[in-house]
Amino acid sequence: MSEKTLVAAISDALHDEMAADDRVMLLGEDVGARGGVFKVSEGFLEEFGEDRVIDTPLAESAIVGVAIGMALRGLRPVAEIEFADFIHPAFDQIVSEAARMRYRTNGDWGCPMVIRAPCGGGIHGALYHSQSIEAFYAHVPGLKVVMPSTPADAAGMLRSAIRDPDPVLFLEHKKCYRLIKGEVPDDGATVPIGPADVKREGGDLTVVTYGFELHRCLEAAARLALDEGIEVEVVDARALAPLDTETILASVRKTSRAMVVYEDNRTYGAGAEIAATIAERAMFDLDAPLVRIGGPDIPAMPYAAPLEHAFMEPEPDQLYVRMLELARF
Amino acid sequence: MHRLMLLARLIDEAALRQNRMGRAPFVVPVSGHEGCQIGTAWPMRLGTDVWVPYYRDLGVVLVAGMTPEEVFLGIFSKAGDPSSGGRQMPAHWGYRRLGIVSHSSPIATQVPHAAGIAYAMRYRNEDAVVGCWFGEGATSEGDWHEGLNFAAIHRVPVVFVCENNEYAISVHQDKQMAVRDVASRAEGYGMPGVVVEGSDVLACFRAMREAHDRARAGQGPTLIECKTYRYLPHTSDDDDKSYRSRAEVEEHKHHDPIDRFVGYLIGRGLTDHERIQSLHDELKAEVDSALTSAWDAPDPDPALVGRHVFAEDDR
Repeated sequence: MSEKTLVAAISDALHDEMAADDRVMLLGEDVGARGGVFKVSEGFLEEFGEDRVIDTPLAESAIVGVAIGMALRGLRPVAEIEFADFIHPAFDQIVSEAARMRYRTNGDWGCPMVIRAPCGGGIHGALYHSQSIEAFYAHVPGLKVVMPSTPADAAGMLRSAIRDPDPVLFLEHKKCYRLIKGEVPDDGATVPIGPADVKREGGDLTVVTYGFELHRCLEAAARLALDEGIEVEVVDARALAPLDTETILASVRKTSRAMVVYEDNRTYGAGAEIAATIAERAMFDLDAPLVRIGGPDIPAMPYAAPLEHAFMEPEPDQLYVRMLELARF
Repeated sequence: MHRLMLLARLIDEAALRQNRMGRAPFVVPVSGHEGCQIGTAWPMRLGTDVWVPYYRDLGVVLVAGMTPEEVFLGIFSKAGDPSSGGRQMPAHWGYRRLGIVSHSSPIATQVPHAAGIAYAMRYRNEDAVVGCWFGEGATSEGDWHEGLNFAAIHRVPVVFVCENNEYAISVHQDKQMAVRDVASRAEGYGMPGVVVEGSDVLACFRAMREAHDRARAGQGPTLIECKTYRYLPHTSDDDDKSYRSRAEVEEHKHHDPIDRFVGYLIGRGLTDHERIQSLHDELKAEVDSALTSAWDAPDPDPALVGRHVFAEDDR
């Protein structure tokens, strides 16, 4: 085991996969000479050469579209979208092409590829460097959407994503990149894409979350245990599509209280689907009303610190209060 | 060449009749495009090169090896439709065994795929070429620009073929672009652009063979523009009387690619009217028989509607 930041874990896993399999390609804006704006591919150009580490034109639809072509011809491309906020020109390629290729050909063609995209706010990124985009894509059958938020999950799930026979949208929360450190296995272990993960066990209430909010929830849960003796079970959804409903429901049935926390604006967000799943299938296991906490329904995260802070609510303090209220309901 | 041009025409006529009889909800006509399709598809090597067609490319997929019966399995959306098992609309081609890449309905999305496939071929030093076909309307799309630009930067082995029939459904080329020739745009990407008369199958063949040779020689992509015309509406759901005159359509029929090629063959003494008629009868019988077997083939099983979302459920 080695302690790494989340971004280092991603970089190392990507490096290992490229070193092990010459079908794995990296393409995107600034991934070559610059090594990626977050330094994920620093040194890759020198090691793997410009045929495999491709500085593309500034054209997101082509980054994804060309990667689809590579995948159709037997390569394993990893397409990097510099910021998730810029992925929208590629929506058609992702949704109409990559996600539907297997289905529309009755299983004849497949599209094994990864689209990496740094997402999320809290880094002074304003409207166009802070977005949560997962809900747009989690709605699309045929596409896997993941957002691992610990270094071990990020490394293990990236390895799985690259080896997956289907397209995976791999979302990396920027606020986690250097803030979150953790032990990562040195043996190249994979983490399967599918299962959610109970990051903290507890019997009093269940919090289902993902992304940077996972870490806020864990912090609030730890304080609540210390202060009040309330044990919160924190479930990291980590794979949003397909969603592991069984792990979520098993936890809710155990604790009888459920809260869903996500950073994206609340309405129609991924948390809405999680809340609907709990309401639909575990209603009679609940001893208190379901709580859903999401971002405000404003177009995007503003720049000025007080405005950004207002969007990034709930802070752990508020999560703490809401968890306490739910536990005592 | 003549055989496949005629076959495409006869399938087209039969498919439209099936549509009018209520047996095929949707068909995409090809008549008028046979010269440029068969001509540009001809230099492609079966089993080696990769085909990235668009929905009007019946002639292209016939050259690639799709049979008339397989075409009708698609038209009747049968379980055995090789393109999609009846999932996509007819004429949305795809056939992995033949190297035909699946495409969708959004226009020009296949162009970056062609660039990516060609990139993979070059990366592995494969002696293979991608042929990518589209209409002139596609050239207005961002994906078209992005795909050509990427292909040109990396000098990958792909030939882009524009079947310019003057109309994107109803919108005339005059409202699609301010230039006369799509091929003139090639210069902006740093690749050769060639204009060729689409009703001249041999001219199309020569242009493609040259571009194909360039691609194989590592000299990068070429943009070929075939000036062509479609005789029938955009699809069976279109009414082309609303945007072009019958006189205009009839005028173009005087430059029919099949008649032109027959004239050439007879003029050179390579065939005669009797043999042409006999080929016509033979192909007509083949089309009728293919149509009948396809019509009698089983429909897709609704119980399988959830299959092939992910590889896990391919089994």
